[in-house]
Amino acid sequence: MRLRLNGIRKSFGATRALKGVSLSVTAGAGLAVIGENGAGKSTLMKVLSGAHAPDEGTMELDGERYAPEDPLEARRRGVAMIYQELNLVPHLSVEANIVLGVEPSRWGLLDRRKRREEARKALADLHSGIDPAAPVSALTIAQQQLVEIARALVHEPKVLILDEPTSSLTGVDVEHLYQVLDRLRARGVSVLYISHFLEECQRVCSDYVVLRDGESVGAGRLAGIAMRDIIHMMVGREVTELYPRTPHTIGKPILELRNLAGERKPRSMTCTVREGEIFGMFGLIGAGRTETLRAMFGLDPVSGGTVSLNGVEVTGWTPTRLLGCGVSLLSEDRKQEGLLLNRSIAENLLLTRPSPISRGGFIRLGAERRMALDWMERLEVKAQSAEQSIGELSGGNQQKVAFGRLLYHQARLLLLDEPTRGIDVGSKASIYRRIGRAAEQGRTVVLVSSYIPELLGVCDTVAVCCRGEIVAVKPVSEWTEQDLVSAAIGQGTESGLEGKES
Amino acid sequence: MANEDMGGIKAQLRRWVQVGGPFLGLVLVCLFFAFARDEFGEPARESIFKAGNLKIVLVQTVVVGIGALGMTLVIVSGGIDLSAGSMVAFCSVLGARMIVGGSSPGVVVAVAVLAGAGIGLINGGAIAAFRLLPFIVTLGSMSIVRGAGKWLGKNQATSIPNDSGIAMVMKVTSPETLFPLPHGVWIMLALAAITAVGLRQSIFGRHIVAVGSNESTARLCGVRVRSVKVAVYALAGLFFGIAGVMQLARLTQGDPTVAVGLELDIIAAVVIGGASLSGGSGSILGAIVGALLMALLRNGTSQLGWANYVQEIIIGSVIVLAVGLDKWRQGRGRV
Repeated sequence: MRLRLNGIRKSFGATRALKGVSLSVTAGAGLAVIGENGAGKSTLMKVLSGAHAPDEGTMELDGERYAPEDPLEARRRGVAMIYQELNLVPHLSVEANIVLGVEPSRWGLLDRRKRREEARKALADLHSGIDPAAPVSALTIAQQQLVEIARALVHEPKVLILDEPTSSLTGVDVEHLYQVLDRLRARGVSVLYISHFLEECQRVCSDYVVLRDGESVGAGRLAGIAMRDIIHMMVGREVTELYPRTPHTIGKPILELRNLAGERKPRSMTCTVREGEIFGMFGLIGAGRTETLRAMFGLDPVSGGTVSLNGVEVTGWTPTRLLGCGVSLLSEDRKQEGLLLNRSIAENLLLTRPSPISRGGFIRLGAERRMALDWMERLEVKAQSAEQSIGELSGGNQQKVAFGRLLYHQARLLLLDEPTRGIDVGSKASIYRRIGRAAEQGRTVVLVSSYIPELLGVCDTVAVCCRGEIVAVKPVSEWTEQDLVSAAIGQGTESGLEGKES
Repeated sequence: MANEDMGGIKAQLRRWVQVGGPFLGLVLVCLFFAFARDEFGEPARESIFKAGNLKIVLVQTVVVGIGALGMTLVIVSGGIDLSAGSMVAFCSVLGARMIVGGSSPGVVVAVAVLAGAGIGLINGGAIAAFRLLPFIVTLGSMSIVRGAGKWLGKNQATSIPNDSGIAMVMKVTSPETLFPLPHGVWIMLALAAITAVGLRQSIFGRHIVAVGSNESTARLCGVRVRSVKVAVYALAGLFFGIAGVMQLARLTQGDPTVAVGLELDIIAAVVIGGASLSGGSGSILGAIVGALLMALLRNGTSQLGWANYVQEIIIGSVIVLAVGLDKWRQGRGRV
């Protein structure tokens, strides 16, 4: 047995984050660690990587006691962790990043030749074709992730832990990552794979362990187990319909883009969205979907083409003006753009529409709190109070608030950019229900997503973007997963991974 | 993941520290002076906590306190204004020249305050229009406005009569009792109350906070970010103008070389009051308490007969302590 955990417990003050986790993985095997947000996955990973010491329980690595004092010792023992957020120094070169903290030296000076050698060796394992001398800032996200993995490989890892590694990757890059993991496993590296995407777990792993409320509630072989059983274990209840279809009627055209172009992206976007429609936009990262939404919403400059809303041209209008017309946007990046992280839930939720809770330009604090609590209940936000700072909530709850802001705004046109990225199944289902209900009320939704099942499950129409243009628009019934991917890749000649230098 | 739950007690504590921190500091300073003995071995509390002396402390708080109101707005919006001290000096010189020139007090106040607002408007305009760093812009205007003040005052102090209307605002009558307080103290408290409610409850105040907390989010949510910034610096200039008038009233002269480094005292008061220099949080009440705390420290240590440099070291330490507390309060919550 490569790694064995027995009865791991960990408390923070009064909160018991882990209440007894046991798992084991053999050399060269893949173990999927599955659980909702808040189930204790991150704490478990921190225990494994030496960031936290467990209160109780034992860990064994290759039959020996494993109790790392700190992350560096964990790495030396051969347990490497790839975090969801990349930890690279953008201005340094690839090779400098790979050996960061363990630089080879001679007489106290950096041994540049050895450094290059080590870095090349680690990169070669990945078949990446990344230039070791290039600055990390010049790489794509997918390439940066490979650099992170290369960094882990310098230490000849025995166990590689990946936390949501595909959350910022698209189809081709994901496939490349799988192949890298396959090769590592063939060399005897055990992989612990954390993901909300159960399909991914099945691709990468042979076994699973399910965490719920800090306990391991189920484990076994992935082969032969039904998805709904796993979901049942995760949530402790049946999620009967992940993609509920709410009947809704589609009306007249409401939003029209004519050759919309931004300064770099998009190049030329043309499409028509009808009232009450759920309009999906698929594409690889870099296809210009986010940029299209931003240009439409006045966040980025428009360099050509037009946007019309109900027949009125609104090209280049400010967000303030568009919000006044009932258009609202959910940012893909809730930490950097979506939320005021150090402010309260109430402020975040109610910021765009003060009129129902204010009089004469002043907020009525009581009305504000009541309104916020009412919406938090409707949105199923778990929090201590309406005054709690939103940065303290879990990702899923943060996203419910960010999305709830659009609903509270009574937006007629909702521009949603990756609304379910990195959140747990329960929160996802809640957001899908909300999207369905919005359409039922005759509101229009533009849904940008890189997650095909959700696009096929939720949308009426799906458009595929490729290199800054819309290359295909079809009703959802006419799309298959394969068609979407091949349309997004264009002619299938260019691999997104190697990256086009831009 | 566990952090979200573990927040409970600690988050409560952190919030309490933010609100109560400045008061706690003030209580500690008071306790210290309650037990300190001066150079002759006499308990200092009798001289420091005498009603008349407390009145002086309050009067010494006014200029920094009013300046701190404006600075809180700026800092909460994510900016900084280094030209505060120069503006106070400039407006006091302007006021003095006008009084000497025979203008009525009302006109003098109006012009001096509007001059401050005008300078702030220019600061804010440059920051918003050209997306310049507030630090750089106001560093420039700090020097420009200081120079302009010296030019206006012909490089010397302009004295005004002791009994002019302006001087009465800060005049200490009946030096043995706490009341009546000079008008200036009441003006500071009234302005603080208005600003506190405005920042907390007005839609404009919420927009200032949003811009400071996360400019991108503010923009996404339809806040007119540039207008808010311009307005914030103009408002701050207005407060610095008022502080300049108070300075003039207290010294009964407009001296273009006073209030050098005052902006740092003001910033310190705001930070001690619980504001975060990265924007998005701050407290008007805290800033006033911070200003009071610093005035009390200055006054008390000089009553003890301590040298000036000791005061400086203590005040510096208090600032670092306050910032460290702030870091602790918000840093760990979002690892």
